[in-house]
Amino acid sequence: MSDNDLTRRTVLRRTAAAGLMATPAMGFLSACVTGGGEEEPADQAEGEKNAENPLGVDGNAPLEVVIFNGGYGEKYATDVHEPLYKAKFPNAQIKHSATQEIATTLQPRFAGGTPPDFVNNSGTKFMDFGTLIQDGQLQDLTELFAAPSVDDPAKKVSDTLVAGTVESGTYNGKPFVLNYVFTVYGLWYSEKLFKDKGWTVPATWADFTKLLDTIKAAGITPYAYAGKNAPYYQYLVILASAAKAGGPDILKNIDNLADGAWTAPAVKAAAAQWAEIGAKYMDKADEGLIHTEVQLKQNQGKVAFYPSGSWLEAEQAASTPEGFNYAVMPVPAGASDTLPTGLYATAGEPYFVSAKGTNPRGGMEYMRQMLSTKGAKGFIELNKSLTAVAGAEEGIQLSPGLTSASAVLKAAGAGVFSYRFDSWYKELDTELRTATNALMFGRENADQFCERMQKKADAIKADSSITKFSR
Amino acid sequence: MRHGKYPFVIGFLAAPVTIYVVFVIAPYAQAFYMALTNWRGLSPGRFVGLENFTRLFQDDVFWKALQHHGILLLALPLITIVIALFLAFMLNVGGGSQKGVMTGVWGSKFYRVVFFLPQVLAVAILGVLFQAIYRPDGSGMINSLVAKVGLEPIGFLINPDLALWSIIAVLVWQAVGFYVVLFSAGMSNIPKDIYEAAMLDGATRMSMFFRVTLPLLWDTLQVAWVYLGIAAFDAFAIVQTLSVDQGGPDGSTTVIGMEIYRNAFTYSKYGYASAMGVALFFLTITFAALSLRVSRRESVEM
Repeated sequence: MSDNDLTRRTVLRRTAAAGLMATPAMGFLSACVTGGGEEEPADQAEGEKNAENPLGVDGNAPLEVVIFNGGYGEKYATDVHEPLYKAKFPNAQIKHSATQEIATTLQPRFAGGTPPDFVNNSGTKFMDFGTLIQDGQLQDLTELFAAPSVDDPAKKVSDTLVAGTVESGTYNGKPFVLNYVFTVYGLWYSEKLFKDKGWTVPATWADFTKLLDTIKAAGITPYAYAGKNAPYYQYLVILASAAKAGGPDILKNIDNLADGAWTAPAVKAAAAQWAEIGAKYMDKADEGLIHTEVQLKQNQGKVAFYPSGSWLEAEQAASTPEGFNYAVMPVPAGASDTLPTGLYATAGEPYFVSAKGTNPRGGMEYMRQMLSTKGAKGFIELNKSLTAVAGAEEGIQLSPGLTSASAVLKAAGAGVFSYRFDSWYKELDTELRTATNALMFGRENADQFCERMQKKADAIKADSSITKFSR
Repeated sequence: MRHGKYPFVIGFLAAPVTIYVVFVIAPYAQAFYMALTNWRGLSPGRFVGLENFTRLFQDDVFWKALQHHGILLLALPLITIVIALFLAFMLNVGGGSQKGVMTGVWGSKFYRVVFFLPQVLAVAILGVLFQAIYRPDGSGMINSLVAKVGLEPIGFLINPDLALWSIIAVLVWQAVGFYVVLFSAGMSNIPKDIYEAAMLDGATRMSMFFRVTLPLLWDTLQVAWVYLGIAAFDAFAIVQTLSVDQGGPDGSTTVIGMEIYRNAFTYSKYGYASAMGVALFFLTITFAALSLRVSRRESVEM
């Protein structure tokens, strides 16, 4: 999760990768200039479709799986999902590999026309989805979601998923990406610390600021986030406040680059109230620290609230003291919010099948197995995270943080929202990270924040070289 | 000798020239070509002519990065050379005359090793080291001392007015050792009898430095200036590891290398990133040519 793990060696490796990319590209580029840029479509494996094999997989075809070896590791693939596929097609060879640098390892292969079949495109070095889609590299997953599910042939795969999962991977009307892990975002705290101090979890903004005063008086930093590499945790919180105040359309307008989306009163108000939190309750030094450094302070009881997602508990497992008990609360509601129980939660951790690979049907079947109850349960047990498969966590003993996350999710009901612009327009994400630090650490005010973001959004809208998406 | 000369020359040159063409010239040529396309890292990009360059000249971030290179270009060589010259002078002739031979200050052999040490550290290690030194809270190496004195911690890397200078300090710290060695070598080439003659004439250390050492060291200085200038066009790795939010806060430390990296590997705009690379290439070449021309003067005959 760290943006900060750059060594001279990775720079060199990356340069080498860029060189590799450039070499075949030169051939492509010159071919392009001389007129013929079309590639031959690869021979793709296909088998007979039947009730047992609804996607028409060729059981003898090899399948290549590439997993991002990050917070979730690779064990869930080698120990759960791959055996499930193998059990169904015993003759299929599965070629498994895992990497921490997806783009560095895979981009040359996509450029060279020999992509792996199934990819977990995640981590800080993931390949840009917009570019992949624009280039026709991703398999349309409509057929997968319409196929009967593994557990109940009467149900379609899409019917077994948490609402919003398919949409979260849909680009301009077509589902290209499977977001497998369901993540709840909010403000994390130690249940133990709160119990020891007799603090109650605030539901309204007024209670929240009152509690922050109490915490400050107790000599603990009330609120913190890592400015050096994790300002997006904080902008998520600001936008969650805006969506609670003005409804989820606030986020939809931002995603769609609508005129004046960033200068809407709800966004301005949210920015202003969070700027106040920054000015009153934060430690200026946190702007220069990374995620793990600030988290360590929370583990040591020096920080009360930290904004993040539900992977946090598993990620911090090694450094959290015994009995710390992570718990999460949604962003507190303002007095006149239209969506007081609203919660930012979304399916994340993206997987895709290569359209130009040799076995796209196998890739889709692999996804279908992932989305079976068995596949999901195995993942939950290994990674202590909820999946996009509805109800798969039932009957599994959940950790304290995850119990708390599923409780707030239940309480939110239909008031769940999310945005997509951060993966659609990386330039907007970069600008918002910078602007968030400037806002929270007092260099800019809410008006400047909104105008700055609107200016960037307008510039992206006017830029014909950027592919636009809408929802 | 004349007989069989060409097979001999070709035999020795073929391999290195081939390697040079494939691994140096060809990538350059490709980068130049890519700069004229909108290639996004996957299938072939479309030829867009000079569009990337017109875009580049309207890009605020690019101008900001250029401005930072301007500061680096003045500060880095100047500070490094002044410090390195002073240290080299002290190491070689600072100790005055002993039995008619000029020597360095006491313990100069030890200092020489100490000064050179930063040069052998990898940039990544420097990054980690200075993260600890500059850490903005009470557990930072400098700020824990500052706190003992009772002052507010200094936001070396989080104060936009201070961040670039904190990074320049690291670059200077790393570079000085090399130039101390370089200038020491230059100084040891200056005949001792010149110093002795100056001594007999009653010259002070100061006037010896300005009247003898500096003029006789001019060629070495010129080389140092060009090297450091080129280094000032890089600074990517240290910005990437040390700066807040990659080139921040508020873009106050970003450099062209950082923006090339961001455009290529974050935005997948390889064509645009190549255009930046091409711009950087010409900037560096122009700088090197200009500074060699401007600093040219008669070398002192000895």
